[in-house]
Amino acid sequence: MTILLLADHDGQTLGEATARAVSAARDMGGVIHVLVAGENVGSIARAAATVSGVDKVLVADDPALAHLLAEPVAELLVTLSVDYAAVIAPATSVGKDILPRVAARRDVMQVSDITRVIAADTFERPVYAGNAIETVQSTDELKVITIRSSAFDAAPQGGESAPVESVSLPAKEWKARFESEALTKSERPELTSARIVVSGGRGLGSAQAFETVLAPLAEHLHAAIGASRAAVDANYAPNDLQVGQTGKIVAPELYIAVGISGAIQHLAGMKDSKVIVAINKDPDAPIFQVADFGLVGDLFTIVPELVQALG
Amino acid sequence: MTGHDAMKKILVPIKMVLDANMRPRVKADGSGVDLSGMKLSINPFCEIAVEEAVRLKEKGLAEEVVVVSIGPAKVQDILRQAMAMGADRARLIETDQPVEPLAAAKLIRTAVAEETPDLVILGKQAVDDDCNQTGQMLAALLDWPQATFASALHVEADSVKVTREVDGGHQTLVLPLPAVVTTDLRLNEPRHCALPNIMKARKKPLDVRPVAECGVDMAAHLNVLSVRPPEARKAGRCAANVNELVGDLHAAGVI
Ligand SMILES: Cc1cc2nc3c(=O)[nH]c(=O)nc-3n(C[C@H](O)[C@H](O)[C@H](O)COP(=O)(O)OP(=O)(O)OC[C@H]3O[C@@H](n4cnc5c(N)ncnc54)[C@H](O)[C@@H]3O)c2cc1C
Ligand SMILES: Nc1ncnc2c1ncn2[C@@H]1O[C@H](COP(=O)(O)O)[C@@H](O)[C@H]1O
Repeated sequence: MTILLLADHDGQTLGEATARAVSAARDMGGVIHVLVAGENVGSIARAAATVSGVDKVLVADDPALAHLLAEPVAELLVTLSVDYAAVIAPATSVGKDILPRVAARRDVMQVSDITRVIAADTFERPVYAGNAIETVQSTDELKVITIRSSAFDAAPQGGESAPVESVSLPAKEWKARFESEALTKSERPELTSARIVVSGGRGLGSAQAFETVLAPLAEHLHAAIGASRAAVDANYAPNDLQVGQTGKIVAPELYIAVGISGAIQHLAGMKDSKVIVAINKDPDAPIFQVADFGLVGDLFTIVPELVQALG
Repeated sequence: MTGHDAMKKILVPIKMVLDANMRPRVKADGSGVDLSGMKLSINPFCEIAVEEAVRLKEKGLAEEVVVVSIGPAKVQDILRQAMAMGADRARLIETDQPVEPLAAAKLIRTAVAEETPDLVILGKQAVDDDCNQTGQMLAALLDWPQATFASALHVEADSVKVTREVDGGHQTLVLPLPAVVTTDLRLNEPRHCALPNIMKARKKPLDVRPVAECGVDMAAHLNVLSVRPPEARKAGRCAANVNELVGDLHAAGVI
């Protein structure tokens, strides 16, 4: 089979989610083509060509593709899809926005957010906030699949370069118009690929505490910062840091939950972390049921002590 | 936008799911999640969609709000709840069979064909199947523009301006109407229904029709072969103090 994989990128660099999706594609077996759509994305296409396992890169360079809006990208994928057995993408906000449009246009069901490939047509995917794992088999001739990045290792980059070929976007009127974007800038490692994540919850009590209590710990550990929904809703942290069923899914080596109770929707986003640490003043907080190591007490004394002890 | 050029109609598809506060239990035979005796509720993202539509109506930006659900007869409970929140009418497309997002999108399209709404607002995700597909599929089938994961929505002359929650932050799109929008958590905080409104909702119109009358192929595209609980994590231990915790982390090789 030949698989078409939609690359995710921010206009500058290839997202790591793409290399992780390549691993899922390799598990499915067959030939892998990566589509890099966007405006001035030549260097991203060249980067994609060096991801191990990629057989060819298709690049669609068009101003209408600049922000990876659903209508043009889906149209392009629908057109290309006739030559493929599968269209896949990482389950990022871009992939989740676009792929169901492709599936509907091709009259097939998408398999969302797979965590494991069992066979080229059979996959595991979590449902009910990860409280149940479904094994599903797609009976459609064309498979349309989104990949949960945290469940797959990134295919290595920097190998021999695969051929890069241009494709063009069908001419059409696009209805939705991009107006603006406000992207969070951070010097810290990216949340979904960081080796260590330090997350804060409602217990932090303020945006200031994220900066003065949590950030020093994150800096010490070269960790990304995450947050619970309650912390985001209360404006302690920006929305793109939310970890959980409806936020980002992370599986770092080490996840430190600070002042987070451990609601099932939060656990859905982090319980596959290798080691979980919980710091909470309530010994009965559900987070302790999934934590490998816990410390019961006031985070405002424990976290600074921890920073000091890490020296 | 003033009263006379308000949107005529907003359609809000809503789904009944296991209540988000319930802990799902996988059936011993691996055939699915056991819903018997469990509390079922309106999907939280759908509740946000209803709230947004009702607020637009209250601001004079829409004339009518219609809710639609596909499911068994007891789904009428959430349709009544949506009407207690302020929706004007409800439609139930009745079926006892599981409904995949593609079929749901096709059934919602039949309701769109009859109702001709200016705007369809769906939840971004049903918290049972966690599919996050139906709104995008509906937009594709209708060839309408879409804005998924909305955290703010402003109605303009004959368009909507929608701010979306994306991986890197926020993005704002302008969609000409008619359009499809799906809701994220921070779009609004749904109201609690006052008793008089619950009483009033009992008298609002609710159209019920069997799924067979809709002419949509309901055959499943996906076979669910089995359902299992996730791997349980081993119980951990609580450290007595910070130094002990640091020792544990060193021993585990993660710092
Ligand atoms: C549809 C839906 C989707 C959702 N999606 C998500 C999601 O993606 N991600 C997510 O996180 N949530 C999500 N939620 C919300 C989730 O149910 C919880 O409400 C949320 O995770 C709670 O956040 P929290 O643990 O920070 O707050 P709380 O539950 O209020 O917990 C705060 C914790 O801090 C502790 N604490 C307070 N002060 C201190 C102190 N000084 N020292 C130490 N500990 C302290 C308390 O003991 C408590 O355990 C969702 C909910 C719904 C309905
Ligand atoms: N059976 C259904 N009846 C009505 N609306 C539905 C149904 N299934 C899905 N939807 C709508 O589609 C959204 C996304 O669902 P899903 O794609 O299943 O995650 C939900 O929040 C609803 O707005």
